[in-house]
Amino acid sequence: MALDDLVVGIGGAAGDGIASAGDTLALALARQGLRIYAYNSYQSVVRGGRIWLRMRIANRQPLSPGNVLNALVALNQEALDLHLQEIQPGGAALFNTHRVRRAPEKGPDGVQLCPIPVPDLAPVYKDLPVIQNTVLIGALYAIMGLPFDGVESVLESTFARKGQKVIDMNVGAARAGYDYAAEHFQKMELALKPQPTQKRYAVMTGNEAFGLGAVAAGVRMYVAYPMTPASGILHWMAAHGPAVGISVRQPEDEIAVMNMAIGANHAGIRCMCGTSGGGFALMTEAMGMAGMIETPVVCIEVQRGGPSTGLPTKTEQGDLFQVFGAGQGDYPRLIVAPTNVYDCFETVKEVFNLAEKYQLPAVILSDLLLSEHHETVEPDRFDFENPPIDRGELITEANGGDGEAYLRYKITETGVSPRAIPGVPGHLYVAPTDEHDEDGVLISDIYTDPVRRKRMMEKRMRKMVYLKNELPPPRLEGPADAEVTLVGWGSTWGVIREAVEALAAEGIKVNHLQIKYIVPFHGEEVAQILSKAKKIIMVEQNFGGQLARHLRSETGIKADGHIRKYDGEPFEPKHIVAGVKRILAGEEELVTCVSDEPGWRYDHPSFV
Amino acid sequence: MATATVELKPKDYKSNIPPDWCPGCGDFGVLNALQRACSELKIAPHEIVVVSGIGCSSNLPGFFRAYGVHGLHGRPIPVATGIKLANKDLTVIATGGDGDGYGIGLSHMIHAIRRNVNITYIVMNNQIYGLTTGQVSPTSLLNMKTKSTPKGNIELPINPLMLALAAGCDYVARGFSGDIKHLTELYKGALQHRGFALVDVFSPCVTFNRYNTYDWFRQRIKKLEDKGHDPTDFVAAMEEAKKVGDEEVTIGLFYRNPNPRPPLEDLDEVIASGPPLVKRPLGITNAEARPLLEELM
Ligand SMILES: Cc1ncc(C[n+]2csc(CCOP(=O)(O)OP(=O)(O)O)c2C)c(N)n1
Ligand code: SF4
Ligand SMILES: [Mg+2]
Repeated sequence: MALDDLVVGIGGAAGDGIASAGDTLALALARQGLRIYAYNSYQSVVRGGRIWLRMRIANRQPLSPGNVLNALVALNQEALDLHLQEIQPGGAALFNTHRVRRAPEKGPDGVQLCPIPVPDLAPVYKDLPVIQNTVLIGALYAIMGLPFDGVESVLESTFARKGQKVIDMNVGAARAGYDYAAEHFQKMELALKPQPTQKRYAVMTGNEAFGLGAVAAGVRMYVAYPMTPASGILHWMAAHGPAVGISVRQPEDEIAVMNMAIGANHAGIRCMCGTSGGGFALMTEAMGMAGMIETPVVCIEVQRGGPSTGLPTKTEQGDLFQVFGAGQGDYPRLIVAPTNVYDCFETVKEVFNLAEKYQLPAVILSDLLLSEHHETVEPDRFDFENPPIDRGELITEANGGDGEAYLRYKITETGVSPRAIPGVPGHLYVAPTDEHDEDGVLISDIYTDPVRRKRMMEKRMRKMVYLKNELPPPRLEGPADAEVTLVGWGSTWGVIREAVEALAAEGIKVNHLQIKYIVPFHGEEVAQILSKAKKIIMVEQNFGGQLARHLRSETGIKADGHIRKYDGEPFEPKHIVAGVKRILAGEEELVTCVSDEPGWRYDHPSFV
Repeated sequence: MATATVELKPKDYKSNIPPDWCPGCGDFGVLNALQRACSELKIAPHEIVVVSGIGCSSNLPGFFRAYGVHGLHGRPIPVATGIKLANKDLTVIATGGDGDGYGIGLSHMIHAIRRNVNITYIVMNNQIYGLTTGQVSPTSLLNMKTKSTPKGNIELPINPLMLALAAGCDYVARGFSGDIKHLTELYKGALQHRGFALVDVFSPCVTFNRYNTYDWFRQRIKKLEDKGHDPTDFVAAMEEAKKVGDEEVTIGLFYRNPNPRPPLEDLDEVIASGPPLVKRPLGITNAEARPLLEELM
């Protein structure tokens, strides 16, 4: 049967230029109206090591890395050795005969071996070895039976600034690969429906969507200390921010980052910061400060594998409890886990409005998978003008008045007190991290007063009630009478959705509840939805089932089963499908998954 | 720095909260001199933000009539940096104690100097942790007995002025809270300096530091100006800063760079390019943002 959804893997070493080869391929496909989802599995080394980029290509938008491998582009011997056996019948393995010298005579059954003599096809190869990527992409295009102009158009725009000679050289190399493959190899049997080449989809990562969201939200400063996998936001901001009026600063550590961001927001601009788990650990004291002095601030926490330095370049959802636990004492805050790339963009706009309206710190919880994977998106869905920027009750010079008897922390019904920014005449106050009264005067030291303390605590925490009422409660997706309800949070939305479809195809009726708003939590609404569920199975990319525990503490509901993964690689639909079946069969309550195909294994030299 | 047209007196910088420092605490002098300096420079209270950390000294913003942030222990400088970058029209003063600034928060000072953030940093240096009732501090002298060093301090005290000079600070001064007039002048110089300015102030803790008392200081203090020190001479400044300890305590303007570096707000392309960030309109149209999407297509 002709495939309308396939996975191409590109394997090689760091320094082989896989990322840019992947970008070229993704953009070429996008311009021809095809949809991609690409996930790059890489390691924390700058040269060497292993890079394994999987790109799913389909007519309909894929929502996960997929389950299998249909075609392989091996940039070195190791990549071929590792992944050849994974290729499904009907697939193909492409490689440069100059880099891969020990190719087997024959591939697995039904898999076509496609040796490509790159040095003959692109003589510049001896001086410019990365040209092999261009030749191989050309060849892959022919084997996928796609018109060449997609690749040509991307190479033209990529090298536009380098002049016609460079364009010609690259297009020539791709064309040589394309023609050679067309002549020597069979096309795969695919049902992809390419369109005439034109710019139609954007290829975007979650981190880029966060950056764009910040632009839309009117962010004027981005502050961050480098940490994978949040650095992509910093890099995007440094490259694009200044042109749209965003100052980008890299302070000495994450303690400074968060304090600086709070200072900037306190002074009246929108300032965003970003980090990963380790950096967030350093920000926690200041998070509490923002809660206490009621200064809005927004931090994007891009999770990676923990604990400690953990897996710097691998994905996990293991920081939920850290984010809950950030900072001493009770204080109002917002914790949101966006569910896909569009949502990354929307969430930044939404969260800034809420953080300013309720004057509290907000954390956007992403992870390496969501932040770094690429997918095709429809550019028109990115609306920079809506929802409009809402700064809440902000007192500026324009609306300041004389500020008579101004109380910065005035007790109000909603708990929100109008916020004057420094520089406005007549509204002087001190924002203190000590407990304070309505006027900002300390009641922590000699004037400790239990009655006032209680009132101020309640004033701050009251904001959570109104905040929660503004957040849309989660919705159940899928049939109401399902046998199983899968519950996930944040980035796993896409893979769970695909698993639900796959289970339905096998006759197992499943529905799906994805949690985006973690704090405040829609306890009642979630309890109501789940009270009708026949079997609740939690799907989490962590060891301990952090959302399951949160769900239990917020609703008293104990899930019936758990599917967890904490090996660093993202869930594939098949893991969830298998997990659901095992739990339904009563084999286990807790299913842990692992990506253990031979291609993932890496024997350390010291294990020999 | 905008100046007010109406006349401003030191009392206009007095909040209605009476300081809760122990009677005789050096920090009264620090506050007093700051009120004088701001009034003499005619900086309107609403255009000043005083940012502190945590400690006895860090309570100062509560007693000073202006905008203020009473932040976290050791972190006034990054908060002040954020405020200044967001609104470069404000006069931003960071302040705190020796534990706050030279202990837990030391790295922020060095980096703020490197970046030349245009703020004034005033450290109330009492060579002890006051608020936590008398433990050793990074500036406690060797052999000093404190609650946490009952047999005497065995760690070499830090030399903040040499550190600041080495990091590239263009305005480095030290005052004594027992000499308000002299201190006021050091503040005025710092507030007028465009760039990071450090004023370290010996501000005796009369309750927990029984060694570095007012009398102790008065017997040892020498003013740089009386010694004919040239504050534009970096090497001489280093030499003078080196002298700390039991024999002599030097105060005055150690160093002012005759060719000061531009402050960060002049170097950051976005901040330098127009009015303070906080005064720029928010929002972007879809048409303006389109190139950012086109780039990904
Ligand atoms: C993170 C953190 N650690 C410890 C403390 C406790 N603490 C409060 S003030 C202080 C030291 C104060 O010394 P200094 O900064 O010299 O100020 P002083 O009271 O002497 O003016 C400490 C350790 C704290 N508030 N926060
Ligand atoms: S304990 Fe020392 S530093 Fe604190 S207020 Fe009293 S005298 Fe001043
Ligand atoms: Mg002290």
